[in-house]
Amino acid sequence: MPPSSSKSGVAARRASAAKRVRDVQLAKAPSGIKGLDEITGGGLPRGRPTLVCGGPGCGKTLLAMEFLARGAMEHGEPGVFMSFEESEAELTSNVASLGFDVGRLIEQKKLAIDQVRVERSEIEETGEYDLEGLFVRLQHAVESIGAKRVVLDTIESLFASLPNPVILRSELRRLFRWLKDRELTAVITGEKGEGTLTRQGLEEYVSDCVIFLDHRITDQISTRRLRVVKYRGSSHETNEFPFLIDENGISVLPITSLGLEHEASTERVSSGIPRLNEMLDGKGYYKGSTILVSGTAGTGKTSMATHLATDFCRKGQRCLYFAFEESAAQIQRNMNSIGLDLGRFVRDGTLRIVPARPSAAGLEVLLTSIHQKVNEFEPQLVIMDPISNLITVGTDIEACSMLTRMIDFLKSRGITTLFTNLTAGTAELEQTEVGISSLIDTWLMLEVTRSGGERNRLINVIKSRGMAHSNQTSEYRLTSKGVQILDTYLGPSGVLTGSARLAKEAEDQANAVLRADEISRKQAVRESRRRAYEARIAALREEFVAEDATLERAIKEEGILQQRVESDRIAMAESRKAFSGKIDGTKKRGKGDRS
Amino acid sequence: MKKDRSRARRKVGPATAAAEWELRLYIAGETTKALAAFSNLEQICEEHLKGRYRIEVIDLLKNPTLARGDQILAIPTLVRKLPTPIKKIIGDLTNAERVLVGLDVRPVNK
Repeated sequence: MPPSSSKSGVAARRASAAKRVRDVQLAKAPSGIKGLDEITGGGLPRGRPTLVCGGPGCGKTLLAMEFLARGAMEHGEPGVFMSFEESEAELTSNVASLGFDVGRLIEQKKLAIDQVRVERSEIEETGEYDLEGLFVRLQHAVESIGAKRVVLDTIESLFASLPNPVILRSELRRLFRWLKDRELTAVITGEKGEGTLTRQGLEEYVSDCVIFLDHRITDQISTRRLRVVKYRGSSHETNEFPFLIDENGISVLPITSLGLEHEASTERVSSGIPRLNEMLDGKGYYKGSTILVSGTAGTGKTSMATHLATDFCRKGQRCLYFAFEESAAQIQRNMNSIGLDLGRFVRDGTLRIVPARPSAAGLEVLLTSIHQKVNEFEPQLVIMDPISNLITVGTDIEACSMLTRMIDFLKSRGITTLFTNLTAGTAELEQTEVGISSLIDTWLMLEVTRSGGERNRLINVIKSRGMAHSNQTSEYRLTSKGVQILDTYLGPSGVLTGSARLAKEAEDQANAVLRADEISRKQAVRESRRRAYEARIAALREEFVAEDATLERAIKEEGILQQRVESDRIAMAESRKAFSGKIDGTKKRGKGDRS
Repeated sequence: MKKDRSRARRKVGPATAAAEWELRLYIAGETTKALAAFSNLEQICEEHLKGRYRIEVIDLLKNPTLARGDQILAIPTLVRKLPTPIKKIIGDLTNAERVLVGLDVRPVNK
């Protein structure tokens, strides 16, 4: 056991060193507000006051209240809300819409609200005074629930109600000192001033952490933004972040912190259209890639998107469909007409259609809500139909920046994304209005050609990173069984479509028939020739056989004749008593010798 | 709590008849400012409202919950409960003239 114990000793030392570093580092109190803790690297400075400032209606009070409510509910830190503006009842009902039951938290002694209301008209000042009353009240509230967090909202209004700013300033200084001494994590809100962060220069007193909220209106659409102006003793994100106030409270998006660090999957996903898969190297899109389907009106962009969606859903994967133009019911009805039943997937929970009008809230808010929905639903596929609608809301730059961040976000999650983009009839086809084509991995361009009094649809794969995709322009049709990509017929002026294609098809068919006829005719000729030759061969053979027989007979007769001659000769020799000559030569010579 | 409250309040003036002037002085501990305010107030009342006033001194250190009722922030604060409407004067009441104006004791003809 000695080696393991020494190892654990090293680990313990390392852990204690890490702990020391942590102790030296600024302690942070998690605000519990989505995204804010990421931007600030863990939360607000613990035991110190934080100034939250901004114009009217930018969400200061809500942020402060959420800080308290989340602290009480999620981090076990009770809080005191000292309101200089709104009453307890007003506050309670204001945040009830964000899902915080303030009344219950008060009952549970996790939250205390004290409203400080000072009527300037009731007050006359004579001689010296201090704000001990405020301290007494605050201390009482803090002690009554053992509070760790305090909100002062908006303490600046005291400047309007109390006559002597000099006393007020020194008392505020004392108050912030007092809060620090008691190690209360405090949020102090302040109204934005002219050229200063707060009207009364509170940043002078509260300098540990300053958060600035903004509420900007561009083209009649407001966007809330948050920026950490300073955070003493801690690194933090310095950019402006859009934030959203909705039924779940505040969500800040630390999206600009995303970068190009996502992993690239080699897995492929079917497009849902077999012949489109063939065009994409035979396998379809890459998983986690960004797909753009662009085209003019009525080219079937939504149908392409829906094919992909149904393919995902059929495999039990979740798809989040953002519809910027149509309602969920409308999409379902329309897609039924091409045989894609989305309702089934909506019912079994694999598909969620989220209709949203970008113009209703602005791009950043939209982006924030997309983030939320994605985090909540955790889809494998996100569809946005169409992104060209985004441009109607913001400027090109804004829309592009928003999409870049969104693509980064979705890619970092490994989510396959499909955008559709409506190209105006007059615009250059190979150009997305939003100018995001370079962010896209696979770009399908749908177009309509007009020829012979028809409009026909064509599909091109303009690009598809990382695969040998088809360079063929193909015609496709929207049928009751979905998108069907057809065989390609090339004519003198390019791809033949519609009736021209049908005519060509018919012509080809006619040609094929003709060719088939020709073949069978030639085959018949061949057959008959073969038969003719065979007949001639048979005749010749017969002739030959006859001739052969004759010859044979002749040979035989010749042989018999020969025999007869021979036997005649022998018989003659015998009769002469001469040697038969059978052993000719010697006998003949002997006969000659003898003679 | 009742006991605490009675201890926290110190009443000065005729306790019997319903006083025409009901004043409350909020303090937080017996500081110099509090003591100055109280003596200044007593002097002014004796001079201008003799027999018609009642002063209640409330020490918020002893009973902090009372600060909420009259919305006390500044210390010391003098609250005129009666006659209505409620008036508040903050500070140690050094300027008698302003106190009288603040309490509406001095007729406007002055």
